[in-house]
Formats: sequence, C-alpha cells, structure tokens
Amino acid sequence: MYVAVKGGERAIANAHRLLEHERRGDRSVPEIGTAQIEQQLSLAVDRVMSEGSLYDRALAALAIKQARGDLIEAIFLIRAYRTTLPRFGFSVPLDTAAMAIRRRISSTYKDLPGGQVLGPTFDYTHRLLDFALAAEGEPEAPATAPVDTELRFPRVTDLIAEDDLIERNPPADPAGPVGDLTREPLAFPAERDLRLQNLARGDEGFLLALGYSTQRGYGRNHPFVGEIRMGEVEVEFEIPELGITVSLGAVTLTECQMVNQFKGSLTEPAKFTRGYGLSFGHCERRAMSMSLVDRALRADELGEERTSPAQDEEFVLSHSDNIQATGFVEHLKLPHYVDFQAELALLRQMRREHEARQNTYPEAAE
Amino acid sequence: MSLAGLQNPVLDQQATFRAVMQALAEPGHAVPAGAVAGEASPLGPVARAIALSLLDFEVQFHLSPSLASAEGDLTFHTGSRRAARPDEAEFAFLDLRHDALDLASFAQGTPEYPDRSTTLVLRVESFAEGNPLTLAGPGIPGSRKCRIAGLPVDFAAQWGANAARSPLGVDLIFTTSEAVLGLPRSTRIIEEAR
Amino acid sequence: MSRTAENYRGYNFAYLDEQTKRMIRRAILKAIAIPGYQVPFASREMPMPYGWGTGGVQVTAAILGPSDVLKVIDQGADDTTNAVSIRQFFEKTAGVETTTETGKASVIQTRHRIPEAKLQANQVLVYQVPIPEPLRFLEPRETETRTLHALAEYGLMHVRLYEDIAQHGHIAKTYAYPVLVADRYVMDPSPIPKFDNPKMHESAALQLFGAGREKRIYAVPPHTKVVSLDFEDHPFEATKFEQPCALCGAKDSYLDEVITDDRGGRMFVCSDTHHCETRRCEGHLGPLGMPVTEAAE
Repeated sequence: MYVAVKGGERAIANAHRLLEHERRGDRSVPEIGTAQIEQQLSLAVDRVMSEGSLYDRALAALAIKQARGDLIEAIFLIRAYRTTLPRFGFSVPLDTAAMAIRRRISSTYKDLPGGQVLGPTFDYTHRLLDFALAAEGEPEAPATAPVDTELRFPRVTDLIAEDDLIERNPPADPAGPVGDLTREPLAFPAERDLRLQNLARGDEGFLLALGYSTQRGYGRNHPFVGEIRMGEVEVEFEIPELGITVSLGAVTLTECQMVNQFKGSLTEPAKFTRGYGLSFGHCERRAMSMSLVDRALRADELGEERTSPAQDEEFVLSHSDNIQATGFVEHLKLPHYVDFQAELALLRQMRREHEARQNTYPEAAE
Repeated sequence: MSLAGLQNPVLDQQATFRAVMQALAEPGHAVPAGAVAGEASPLGPVARAIALSLLDFEVQFHLSPSLASAEGDLTFHTGSRRAARPDEAEFAFLDLRHDALDLASFAQGTPEYPDRSTTLVLRVESFAEGNPLTLAGPGIPGSRKCRIAGLPVDFAAQWGANAARSPLGVDLIFTTSEAVLGLPRSTRIIEEAR
Repeated sequence: MSRTAENYRGYNFAYLDEQTKRMIRRAILKAIAIPGYQVPFASREMPMPYGWGTGGVQVTAAILGPSDVLKVIDQGADDTTNAVSIRQFFEKTAGVETTTETGKASVIQTRHRIPEAKLQANQVLVYQVPIPEPLRFLEPRETETRTLHALAEYGLMHVRLYEDIAQHGHIAKTYAYPVLVADRYVMDPSPIPKFDNPKMHESAALQLFGAGREKRIYAVPPHTKVVSLDFEDHPFEATKFEQPCALCGAKDSYLDEVITDDRGGRMFVCSDTHHCETRRCEGHLGPLGMPVTEAAE
C-alpha cells in the first residue's frame, strides 16, 4: 500500500526551527551581538552593504548574524529588505575630492600633495596567525598626530588631467536621467552609468576573477593604480520645492582610479584612459577589481577589439549578481521530477527502438 | 476644483486593473469597471480610475484637447507628467465624443520592443449603440460582436492599418461611465455592419 | 519569539508596494496585447531566491485581490515544499483564501505543470519561468535573440529540432517544448512536460508567465492558438504512459515514477495530486489505490 508524501508544512516549520537552533550554536557560549559584528567584523559589514546596495551598518550586521556568517545569504536579506523601501529621489553627485581621508595611496607618484596615507591596511602585515588574539588581548591605542586643517588631497587623476595627459571625465549632466537597473530592466548595449551600477553591486569574487583575467592577457589594459582613497564623504539631497540642499550625513567609501594604457590617433594626441571603481565601506579589493573590469568594458568606446570575457558586456553584466546566480544555481535542488520523468520516458523509448533495430538488422549493429 | 483620489487606493487599483486586464484578454467584451473616481473629471469616472491605477512618475501621459484641463488633477494624484508629444506618452486619454482620433500619431513600438507603444484610453457614450463590429483574434473564441458608440467613420480603416503593423501598434481601452472594453492590437475587425 | 503573521504587518497587501504593482500591471497588459512576446519588466528582489518562483510570485502579487482564491502547485502537487512555502507567503501577506481544488481557484500559480482538469474562463494560470527565451539554448546573447524575434526568424530553431530527428529519430525535447503563439512569436512554455502543451491551445483561461531573474513577463490570452513546433513527417506527439495511475487508475494523466524498493520496484502515480484525489473520491481505484476516506487525511 502506498501513501503519498504529505506534511510539507510541518517539515518546513521544523526545518526553520532547527536552523535557528544551529545558528545559535552551543548555548553555553555567549551569544554574539550585532554591535560586535558591526564593530569587529566591519569588513564583512562593508561587503554586505556594498553588494546589498544599502548603506546601513546595523542592518548589515543583523543580516550577517541571521545568515550565520554566510555573506551572500546576508546580502540577499539586505536586498530583499531594500526593495521594499520607498524612493524619495537621487542624491547630489558625491564629491570624492572632498573626502575626509583615512587612507590614500598612489602607485604612480612617489609623493604628491597630501602625501601617501597608509591608514588601516593589511598590506604590510605578515600573514602569521596571531595566537594572542585567541586570548582576547586589548590592542594598543592607535598613534595620533595633530589635525592639519589646511591639508588637501587632490585626486591624482585631476593632477594628471591638468597636463592633459589623461582623458577627461565626461562633463556632468545634472539634467540627464539617472539610470537605475533596480527600477528598469537592463537592455544591451548598456550605458556606462548602468554598467558601473551593475559592477558596484556585483559579486566580489566574480569581479576579482575577471579583473585578474585582464592582467593575465584576457583583455589586457596596462593598469596603474593612480589612486585609492578611503574615507568619509558627505551625502547631500536637493529639495527642489524648497530650492535648498540638505546634508543626509556621511558615508564611508573606497574609490579606485585606475590609469590605463594610452590611446591616440592621427587627430588626437595620445592620452591615458581610465577605469573606475567605487564601493561602500573599506573594500579595496572590490574597488580595484571593479575599475579593471570597467576599463575592460569600455573596449567598444575606445575602439578596441573585444576578445575576452571581461570585455564582453552582456556576459559580465548578466552574471555579476550573486543573488541571481546563487538563486538559479541552487534552484536545481527544487523538485524537477516531472521533467526528469519526461526525459526518462523518451530515453526508454529510444532504447527500445534501438533494441528493436538490432534485433531486426543484427548485422547492422556490427 | 480639487477631486478626491481613489477611496481605497490598494483595493481600487487592483479592481480597476483586473477589469482592464479582463477587457484586453477578452477583446470586445464590455467588462464592469472595477472602481470609479471623480464624476466631475472630464475623463469620466472610469477612465480617471484607470489613470489613477496605472500612472505614476515612471510614465508620461497625453491628453486630447477636450481633456486638457485634467492635467493638474492627474499630475497631483499620480506624479506622472504630461508628455511633450503624443508619441512620447505611455498612456493617452481622449474623449471620442469631442476629439479626433489618429492612431498613427502615437508611439507604435519598435520591432525589437513592440511594447514601447502608447495605450489609448478612450471615452465613449455607450457599448449598446454604434455599428456592430465583428471581431476575431486572440482572446476570442471564433468571433465576437460588439458595439462602440461614436467611433469615427474611418475607424475600421485606421484599425486595419494598426493591425497591419502588428506586433507593433497601439492598444485601445474604451470606457463609458460604468464599463471598459478592450481592443488590443492583436484583434481584427472582420466585419463592420453599416 | 513567534515568526508568524505579525512579522509581516509592515508590508503592503500581497507584499509588493503599489508602485511595483503598477509597473508589473503595465507589463502584463502589454503582454496580453502581444501574445507570446516577452515584455521586459523591472523585476524586484523578492524575499525568496531567484529561480524559486520570484517571477510567478510577482505576477500573482500584482493581480491578486481579496476576493481571489489561490491555488499553488509545484510538479502538479499542492503539497511539495516550494508550493507550500509560496502558498504560505500569500496567506500571510495577502490573507487570501487558498485551495487545492483546481475548479475552486481563480488564480493558480504553477511550476512545471498544467492541471489535468480543464481550466475555465475567469481563471488565471500563472507560470513560474526560469529561462523565458526559447532561443536561448541556440544563442546565449540577448541582443541576438531579440533581433531574431523582431524578424520572426525561427529557422535556426527548426534546424536544431530537425538535427535531433536525424540523430535520435525524435525531437529530443521532452519539456519546455517550444510553441508558436498566435502565428507570430515562438515562446517557451516554461519547463512543463510536452504532455501539457496541447492544454495551452485555445484554453479558456488566461495564461501569464513570470520570469523574475530574467525580468520578463509574457502571456497567452484565452482562446489563443498555441502550436507545438513540429514537422510534417514528424508531427508533435504528447508523451503517453503505458500504465494507468497506480492509485486512481487514470489512463490520461501525467504520471510520476516512484521507486518503491531497491530491487527495481517502480510505481506510477498522478503528478496532479488534486486530480488523483478527486478521482479516488469518485470511486476510481488503481491497482495499489485505496478509497479516500475522511480518516485518510
């Protein structure tokens, strides 16, 4: 006697309960607080905010806790929340030249106005496990220096541009429409603003691999890090009804300006080209990868032959989103037995026909 | 004069949409309107409910000369703006009792994106008078007869030209003061009794 | 802490905000006016993964009203986990009545099947679609396939299907079998088995298709011609089963194969659970079936 499988609802409810239990882990160990995540796993918070496209450290920390540290799952939680928020408008374009600098380095000049500021970086740490950390020791307080209010940090690309040696940024177009791929479906070919938005939300691993591939010859574009800067930038919102601009607060950003191989022609003097990367928080790897891929995607515009994956706009933009990717890859675990049954039936029929042919014409099978 | 919006925005928009959806899915079939809003609007209460249900800041509308006074009302309630030209509007509102109709003057879509076309919301007197039209096409089992009062004399010719552009072309939503009737571009007029 | 209806109080009726619903509704109207054409829409991120029905859920949320009765099936069954999960989602966020009875439902959301019972006028069937582009397996680029649809250039598709015949003696597509809608657009019917294809033709119900990840909505209005692609010398043939349903004895329904032991034991049962149950209630019994009683639940 066969009884069909039932009880889906109870199974789901129980699975959720078990998941919560596993998330908590051993209850004799103190529960982690979202403030601890926000403060002590801050780079995970930065990644979740960047790919979640939502600047809110507390919510990102909550998402990381709820997702048991699975950052793509946390990004998913943030995205699903973000989509329910009402839109009031667009901010005034951010001025990263006016950033309150916490880190700023250039690999194209030994020294420059404002100087090289290392800031909090893993760069010159030796990757040796610090067993003292396991004992929860307090670190030293950071070194300090008097604040120099006169100090300015002009963008390296602006300095090069003064000599007309690098392509100019396109002029600002305040009246132009602001593209937003979360409000309108992406159509190809896409404009650079939508490409940059797509990359800014893109999976860090995907961007890293593509950026790396350009360095290995798949769409090489001779990059120099003109500048990486990280710090706080003011976000301003214009209220047209009142004709005033108000500050909404400051966000932490990482910006990478890549200076790339020069271009010139009989009519145009040779100039360096640019690739651009921007990220919420301190996400240097993603800003750098993004700028490499941005430059690669400008192949058509700069008259370069598209030969490599990183230069293929449709390929890159269609596969960069890890929430789309993880959903579709993981959907394979949903039941597919109806389709599988259809395939089984055809396969069995073809096998029978094959057998019949062999029995009828045994010599043909030789 | 300031007109009120929909009484229950969430439910009225849903009901209005479902009536329009059914009207386009069953061309030529007069469907009772899902909701009404603003008897005093020149659009009429059904067309205005449709405007309040389908317009927002992401689309633009066009108003015929006889409905021009409704601009402030629609902008206020929906955030939608009046298009500079008829062929830049996603939705156009006309009153066929007063306005001329030129289907070709609206956005027809492109071969790659036939959906980038104008939807016309047309006010008429009734679905009980007018020359009987016999329709065929998707949404119609065999054929379906309908009447639309006050169509322009060259309507069948204009509609024939619209059908010839298919899958490009415009879609029509006729409204009275209590019902909607759809004529999507896929519908053909196979007979027009005089 | 209970995670029930209270947690959803902050959300709008049927979860989506009104702005999103209007955008989806506009796309649905275009889809109905251009049968088989894939209308791009600004698909939102949903609280369930892409590939798990986000397109169907958005379409259902945009059309659903308080007087609707909703049925959700996956693989034909009302009780598969994903169907249960989506049904619960709408119970929580829209508070609509739900049912497993095909005839009672005004909106049916489905993944991979069309119910066996003939659908009626005023019913809406909402399909969850993973890959809406029927030409995708021939050409991965959207820019190319869009041009092919614009030109109604479907020769490539026919060539590919004929290659199957040359190689296997059959068109080797058993699900997501392409159809021509209203003599114009070639359309992917979503991964329903080709057994279900004939049910799309001239159906009295409105059929809506939502692909969330790929951001496309398309439609087949009621009473619309839907033809499965084929060749004169190799006409389309729906899958047939050699045995009846082991539970209800149905000879004309789509069957799932169930492995009953590790010695090659197999049985075949209706994939449409409501259809099977209805038949057993009516007294039809297959070789392994037992009569449905109140207690059997």
